[in-house]
Amino acid sequence: MSVTDYVIRRVLIVIPLIIGLTLVVFLVSHMLPGDPVAAHLGQRSMEDPAIVAAFRQEWGLDQPLYVQYLTFLKNLSQGNLGVSIHTKQPVMDDLGRYFPASIELAVTAVFFAILIGIPLGIISAVKRNHPVDHGARVVSLLGVSAPVFWLALVGLYVFYLRLGWLPGPGRLDTGMTEPTHITGMFTVDSLITGNMTAFASAVRHLFLPALVLGMATAGLVTRMTRSSMLEVLSSDYIRTARAKGASEGRVIIQHALRNSMIPTVTVIGLALADIMSGAVLTETIFAWPGIGRYAFQSTVSLDFPSIIGVTLLIAVVFALANLVVDITYVFLDPRLRTA
Amino acid sequence: MGADLADTPATAASPQGLTIDSRWRPVPKGPSALSATFRFLRHNVLSLIGVVIIIFWVVVSITAPVIAPYDPLKQSLRDRLQAPSAQHIMGTDELGRDVFSRVLYGGRISLPIGFIVVISATVIGALLGATAGYAGGAWDNGLMRLTDLVMAFPPIILAMAVAAALGAGLNHAAIALIIVAWPSYARVVRGLVLSVKKNEYVAASHAVGASHARILFRSVLPNTLGPAVVMSTLGLGTAILTFAGLSFLGLGAVPPTPEWGRMVADGINAFDQWWVSAFPGLAILTVVMAFNFVGDGLRDALDPRLRKGT
Repeated sequence: MSVTDYVIRRVLIVIPLIIGLTLVVFLVSHMLPGDPVAAHLGQRSMEDPAIVAAFRQEWGLDQPLYVQYLTFLKNLSQGNLGVSIHTKQPVMDDLGRYFPASIELAVTAVFFAILIGIPLGIISAVKRNHPVDHGARVVSLLGVSAPVFWLALVGLYVFYLRLGWLPGPGRLDTGMTEPTHITGMFTVDSLITGNMTAFASAVRHLFLPALVLGMATAGLVTRMTRSSMLEVLSSDYIRTARAKGASEGRVIIQHALRNSMIPTVTVIGLALADIMSGAVLTETIFAWPGIGRYAFQSTVSLDFPSIIGVTLLIAVVFALANLVVDITYVFLDPRLRTA
Repeated sequence: MGADLADTPATAASPQGLTIDSRWRPVPKGPSALSATFRFLRHNVLSLIGVVIIIFWVVVSITAPVIAPYDPLKQSLRDRLQAPSAQHIMGTDELGRDVFSRVLYGGRISLPIGFIVVISATVIGALLGATAGYAGGAWDNGLMRLTDLVMAFPPIILAMAVAAALGAGLNHAAIALIIVAWPSYARVVRGLVLSVKKNEYVAASHAVGASHARILFRSVLPNTLGPAVVMSTLGLGTAILTFAGLSFLGLGAVPPTPEWGRMVADGINAFDQWWVSAFPGLAILTVVMAFNFVGDGLRDALDPRLRKGT
């Protein structure tokens, strides 16, 4: 099977998965206890049956569940996720507005996680049981164990308030005009339009929230890289490479690293769940107008159309991340191309 | 039987020169659980540190009413936002409450919630997963689809949604966390049961007419406990961390409860007074890290590959 066939087959698997997810997400969000009507109308309005009935009719909550689902599917096929009860805006528009900010944050967080985690994992494995190894293991466990909201506050206090090295919450400096909207990601848009002042400001604002968000993943990547490197380094072909006189650097980079990357790539793909979870907390503290903050506002107000929209979006991102991970395997391990 | 034979006087020597006595010597007893634990801790410095930190926090939580210098709920607006000093070693928050006393009391909430969530999720997950793996068929299929359904949601969003729907509060947050956590345990235990039930001793139990319940609970389930315990230990840290996150968002403990996540959130309003959020955050960090140290050590100890070489 060629790589192209593999990719096409893998993409086709994602489609029924996403259709199944629509049903799952719809059912679970409606199985949750709690009344969205009560969450939206004040206590006085709740006492008036006419207002309650009008609200239910307006949002289709008076229809049987299957009718609500069929309407939802029909609307979804037309790119319509309904209107948010909370923001009164189409959910699709809300997602389009908030998603780019989150993607920008999440991708940078993953970048930091790789930048910190892989070298630390390699050093830890090569210097096994050396104080450097113990130090790296403790640092990785610190990353996994520290509450992200606390790290965010500590980071802001040290680097913004005390040292003044980095800017405070927000995506751009106060008073700065947003770059022309192309992707919604300020760093990308400002680069495309050549607005270097906005680019510098966007990068500076992105640095701390992304670093904080990536710390837990960096810890996981370090641990996984270390253990898979240790396993690979004890294999026969590495001994052979050493026996043939290959330098230690060549053995590690050319022979061991690539084969030890498969578990690490899996962890990075799966870590997206942690990053999205962390985004809810990080975005709240850094006043980052992303999906995490939107998800929080939607859930506390039991805004079903938004909850469904956000969850579906995140589920699709997970599915796509797994797809990318699977395709990366094929490039890392040629045996899988014939499997 | 072995012991009886060992007591029998040696009357004949085998061709190899071994007496019956020496061949039938009773099998020496394995190390007791306590000595095995000590041996494990002696070889795992990080796990030892983890156990010491956990014991420290358990003792602090139990004795908090005795050792806390102030009432954790007592407000004193005259003393609000005071920096750490001899009088208030961790300073005071914006309502003048002693941060040190509140941190000490915080363990009385986070630790029990962590244990309740993990024990409940483990028991529910293990029972459902074990029956699914053992019985197979429609029950297994249905249950695994149910776990797929719950796991399709990002954990924090599901926990937030359940906690928001039920209303803020410790019990509701715990319920939300149990709902989020049980499917992972169910899937792991199911997988283990699937492999354990193929063993010959299970077939032997069937052959001697043991009931399904007896086989499941006496022969199969006990053999899945090791990995489940490791997962629970690591899960404790995650549960405490997620609970703190929920409280931070206002969906867990409600004010004025001295809960660590909630206390960190209080620090947002007094951003330049670092001590308000720094110390409760450190408390969360140390507890979660301690459970991770122990969980990691246990996992390494149970993993023959890691024990052997890597």
